[in-house]
Amino acid sequence: MKKNYIIGLFSLLAVLSNGQNNHIALLNAMAHIGNGEVIESSLVVIKDNKIEVVQSTKGLRLDYKSFDTVIDLAGKHIYPALINVNSILGLHDAEAVRATQDYGEVGYLNPHIRALIAYNTDNLIIPTVRSNGILYTQVTPRGGLISGSSSIMALAGWNWEDAVLKADDGIHLNYPQHVIQRKNEEESHYKDAAKRYQEDLRNLETFFTDAISYIKNPANPEKNLRYEAMRKVLSGEANLYVHVERARDMLSVINFVQKFGISKPVIVGGKDAYIITRELKNSKLPVILNRVNELPDRTDDDVDLVYRMPYLLQKDSVLFCLQMEGNMEAMNSRNLPFNAGETVAYGLTKEQALSTITLNAAKILGISHLLGSIEEGKLASLVISEGDILDMRSNNITLAYISGKKIDLTNRQNELNTKYKNKYGIK
Amino acid sequence: MKSFALVWILCLSLLFRVSAQSTFPSNGAPYNPHTLIAFINATIFTDCETQINNGVLLIKDGKVMAVGEKMEVPPYASVIDLKGKYIYPAFIDLYSEYGLPSTKYEKKTQPGPQMESTLKGAFGWNMAIRSNIESFKLVEHNSEKAEELKKIGFGSVVSHSNDGIVRGSGVLLNLNASKRVNESIIRDKAAGFYSFSKGSSPQDYPSSLTGGIALLRQTYYDAQWYKENKGKTDYNISLEDVIALQSLPSIFESNDKYNSLRAAKVGKEFNIKYILKGGGNEYQRISDIRGTSLNYIIPVNFPEPYDVEDPYDAELLSLADLKHWELAPSNPAALEKNNIPFAFTTADLKDKSQFLKNIRKAIQYGLSEKMALKALTASPASFINAGDKIGALKKEYYANFFISNKPIFQEDALILQTWVAGEPNVYSELDPIDIRGNYLLNMSAGKYKVKFSGEVQKPVSQITIDTTKRSLNFTITKTILNLSFQNDSSGVIRATLNYNKQTKNFEGRGQLSNGDWQTASLVFVSALDTSKKQSATNKPALNLGKVIYPFGAYGEALPEEGGSFKESWNKFKNRYSAILIKDATVWTNSGDTVLKEYDVYIVQGKIVRIAPNIDAPAMAFAKVIDAKGKHLTPGIIDEHSHIALTAGVNEGAQASSAEVRMGDVINPEDINIYRQLSGGVTTSQLLHGSANPIGGQSVLIKLRWGHGAEDLKYENADGFIKFALGENVKQSNWGDLNRVRFPQSRMGVEQVYYDFFTRAREYDASMQAFGKSTARVGVTAPRRDLELEALAEILNKKRFITCHSYVQSEINMLMHVADSVGFKVNTFTHILEGYKVADKMKAHGASASTFSDWWAYKNEVMEAIPYNAAILTRVGVNTAINSDDAEMARRLNQEAAKSIKYGGLSETEALKMVTLNPAKMLHIDDKVGSIRVGKMADLVLWTDDPLSVYAKVDKTIIDGQIYFDRTEDAKLREEMKAERARLISKLILEKKSGTAVVKPQVKPQQLYHCNTLEGVSETITGER
Repeated sequence: MKKNYIIGLFSLLAVLSNGQNNHIALLNAMAHIGNGEVIESSLVVIKDNKIEVVQSTKGLRLDYKSFDTVIDLAGKHIYPALINVNSILGLHDAEAVRATQDYGEVGYLNPHIRALIAYNTDNLIIPTVRSNGILYTQVTPRGGLISGSSSIMALAGWNWEDAVLKADDGIHLNYPQHVIQRKNEEESHYKDAAKRYQEDLRNLETFFTDAISYIKNPANPEKNLRYEAMRKVLSGEANLYVHVERARDMLSVINFVQKFGISKPVIVGGKDAYIITRELKNSKLPVILNRVNELPDRTDDDVDLVYRMPYLLQKDSVLFCLQMEGNMEAMNSRNLPFNAGETVAYGLTKEQALSTITLNAAKILGISHLLGSIEEGKLASLVISEGDILDMRSNNITLAYISGKKIDLTNRQNELNTKYKNKYGIK
Repeated sequence: MKSFALVWILCLSLLFRVSAQSTFPSNGAPYNPHTLIAFINATIFTDCETQINNGVLLIKDGKVMAVGEKMEVPPYASVIDLKGKYIYPAFIDLYSEYGLPSTKYEKKTQPGPQMESTLKGAFGWNMAIRSNIESFKLVEHNSEKAEELKKIGFGSVVSHSNDGIVRGSGVLLNLNASKRVNESIIRDKAAGFYSFSKGSSPQDYPSSLTGGIALLRQTYYDAQWYKENKGKTDYNISLEDVIALQSLPSIFESNDKYNSLRAAKVGKEFNIKYILKGGGNEYQRISDIRGTSLNYIIPVNFPEPYDVEDPYDAELLSLADLKHWELAPSNPAALEKNNIPFAFTTADLKDKSQFLKNIRKAIQYGLSEKMALKALTASPASFINAGDKIGALKKEYYANFFISNKPIFQEDALILQTWVAGEPNVYSELDPIDIRGNYLLNMSAGKYKVKFSGEVQKPVSQITIDTTKRSLNFTITKTILNLSFQNDSSGVIRATLNYNKQTKNFEGRGQLSNGDWQTASLVFVSALDTSKKQSATNKPALNLGKVIYPFGAYGEALPEEGGSFKESWNKFKNRYSAILIKDATVWTNSGDTVLKEYDVYIVQGKIVRIAPNIDAPAMAFAKVIDAKGKHLTPGIIDEHSHIALTAGVNEGAQASSAEVRMGDVINPEDINIYRQLSGGVTTSQLLHGSANPIGGQSVLIKLRWGHGAEDLKYENADGFIKFALGENVKQSNWGDLNRVRFPQSRMGVEQVYYDFFTRAREYDASMQAFGKSTARVGVTAPRRDLELEALAEILNKKRFITCHSYVQSEINMLMHVADSVGFKVNTFTHILEGYKVADKMKAHGASASTFSDWWAYKNEVMEAIPYNAAILTRVGVNTAINSDDAEMARRLNQEAAKSIKYGGLSETEALKMVTLNPAKMLHIDDKVGSIRVGKMADLVLWTDDPLSVYAKVDKTIIDGQIYFDRTEDAKLREEMKAERARLISKLILEKKSGTAVVKPQVKPQQLYHCNTLEGVSETITGER
């Protein structure tokens, strides 16, 4: 009775602000922490850019005067910012128009290419993704054997310098794929491809060997941009993202990273990861798993294999997160929460599903001290939804913060919606 | 009697001298021996039915003079004694390219599209119609290729140019390659040849299977019209030749069971009985193949066994690959069992020397020897009406036959000689010395035991040196034996010896490795001990798996083979004539009604009762489904799909392809059918792509997994056609080379419609006038134009438009065109800017079928908004959500649910967008789309609220039959796993037994979207 009274009092004060926004109490929402835990009715306090307090409102007595803003979120849900991993979001507008494309560079071994500088905070797609609860993206270059380095960006900011959370968090390597002959393919074509595969593997090993030797050498006669760019990966400060799908190739990756002493390797893709979970777990290789909304690869595959894969990795304790790479990935990034939701009917719990797009992603990207869960001391990057964020029926983001700053949830699309609803007189 | 025979022979030989006269001058006196050759004491198969023991075959001047039992042989005949040997009529291959130049692929005259023919002369418009090709004018002998065929028993072939949709005529000729080809041609024009594949033509049209079918059909109609209006129209060599070809037997290259059915359908339309050159997979749809009542030419290129020792490699093989490897050799037996007339061909077989081996394999798999022989002789001869010349050994037939040491279909039978038109080809001596036995080789260097065993014609040898058995290299030519072997002490020893008939010994000299010559003799010791020889080892049982429908993953075997497919299918364990679904939450789609804990009763495919607590029927064949906690909805209808199509979704070479029909190219085995059943889809509209303003005719299917193409079609559905606007039709994203085809701007698109509809109206008027006119004589019938006919159907409200569209200006434009020309646009599909012109669409009466949230993939979708469906709905436009994507179609319920998020529609409104609303726009809402008494039982049972991301399909029901069931699915997976394991073990044994194996290969699946173009897809960057 007493508790109800206190909460009732706060609700009268909902969205009461002194305009400074450096000490905010978010009250009464169901908090989905991101690590599997749920607080039915929570108090989350933002202090400056960080989360100061996370606790249940059970038996809570709070002096609301100490906050600039107190917002009652009864009946609503609060989540950690969702993280979009391995994406070209921010690197193009109309995908088919070449002039807007900035995600691929000419060349074969391009570790020095940096995606963040092409990340356009005024990109047209970003606001439509943000408004579904995704507040960070790992902007990633594509193409070649080594595509370059990705960076972790907020989905809001005046410019890329303003938006960057972690610059150059890792290098992306497209691991050569063991060549299989395709039906009706010419034998010569197949042999060329098989030869190229061997060459790619050799070139890759040579490149890593040379890079290590370059970095060890204190007196290099000339500065080499490509090798310099490998420094952080080789010293273990940055991740090596290895894009690879097949079991056989993943086994080869395990040997490769051991051989070159890569201490932070990450598998990206991993269509066959479910087959070799033991090996992945033993080698502590996390997986950024392919999009859930994809078709199975082989005609004989279980029809729900792709939906069930996250469960298969979870069951065998492989650290993994979800991503949206693939067809129309930039605009499709906004469907990340629904991809996570889809896995629930196939074995994950709802909170596990949430972890695959929050805490697991933060852990893999090496930013779990900043993001991924609603925990004290982490950045106050939070999303408030009217209902379950993983279900398209109820995902309705009404409030969001990036590092304690409330962000704009409007976009060109909801503006056009309003404009035309007015035209037709629709409520 | 004797004298009579002689007189008769003399008469004939006189006749022959006349017929064998030559126009070629002879350099010196000619060699024309006219020898009468008599083959005696042979077992002769005069045809596939008749065997003569101890027979005589008389031949002269390349023809058979007489054949019979106990016949007198004229004394002047040259006699060949074939005691213990066999004579068969030589084989015939109807599907050969023998002696013809190989196909030259012409380079395009320019990069980018080629719209027109570059052929000089009064030919027709399309270079794939090569009706003018006359193979008899091109054929030359090729002794090497002839040898390949004669070695395996062939005497004659029909040779044709294997290129194009109409390929001209093939020539029937004998393989006596030492002669001038003039002497070999039996019939200049033996058959006309056809296919659906355009071959080497550099012209863009047709670029798809559906286009190939349309071009062939139009060509037949054109030919008919040309014939009727002879002299009144422009001259056209191609049509002249098509007309001429039609008097010949028609051989059609289909290469596949479904293509055979497609060809049979075209044949039926034009009253042509094609002889179908199949693909060896006919057994996979045998009852449909039987239903064509056509003759077949069948290859025997059975797949080689795969190397599956690496389990990751083995994963690449599909169940279909594995099963076809096992069952392909049973194809001929299946044809025989189903009384389907067929001939064999060596076509598609890379190594022709494997031909007989494979025929024997087919026999081992159940084909009768009699049928095997028939399929190589009488059948091919009769298919091309040459049964009076070849394919048997009768008076006046060509002396085309081969001699074998044993009945030809026995495992170890050898062809010793093949005679073609009286010319012998010797492959093995008729009566070699039988050297088999135990010998002692005497040389001063030592004494060695030598043994020859094996076949008389192909003996194998062994030598014993110091008790070790070694191989002995030897050759025997007539009586001279040459041998060599390695002796540890004295190196290689070689010897050449001659046979002594009396002693059965070989005598001569040998040379040691140091160069010393020694006397050598090989002394006969004893005959081989044959008592141990096993009496015909019993072949291990074949243990073949069953044919499954569809042939591949998630297919099922019929409970019984034999009758019609439908009859057998309906005896399945999961087919019920009545189903009662109990205690479901029923989403009726009648208003907003959702009935909690209601029962739905289905009888004979229809919903008969919806009520709480319907008593469980007592009938044994009824199924009761406990649906407590589950949700029942109408089946999902995908208004825009490109699954289950074969070889191309776009025929985009021209601005209009109204003549093509997606219904011609249904692939009922596409795994995406099953995958989408698992997502609750029951009906899909398969559309042509969006490469041109006027696309092709759509087909509406129900996802009746397991059935054939025709049975997938939705019964009595209205005809639809695809139109398209915007970037795809103006080729904006096709690269810089595609700046040729009209239209290249939205301005041009409008004029395409005015142009075609103006012509369609005129065409329709002239057709109607002709139909009404009574004075038929002297009136020229208008040419039947399949393209304009389809457009006239739109004007006559017999065909309806689904138009791919994005930007408001073009949507507006098409409605104006429609209003001024006099038709309605039934549906705008994609219609991402529909929200901007929703009021105009409503006024026009168009429906909208859109994506839930797609945008930003190209310039024309930058103003697309996910609120589109909701705004259109609120304005009053009948609106659906579609997939255009094989993946998304599996979760259309979720796509519909997005309109709850974007636009605030209710759950029942959202569900209607993938059920009732698309049913309305497809004109099938009287049958499906809601749960009402009297409607078809096309239903989905969900585990949860169907609009929730957490819901999955438990059962999908079509026509009251369960086509997807999660429990059955789990069982099927187990069955597939077991079947794969069985086949893989079998393959491993095959490898162990020493058979050559090939590495598995993958077949990447082609998925189609609106803008998929065969061959040029790489140049396209945009989607949809």
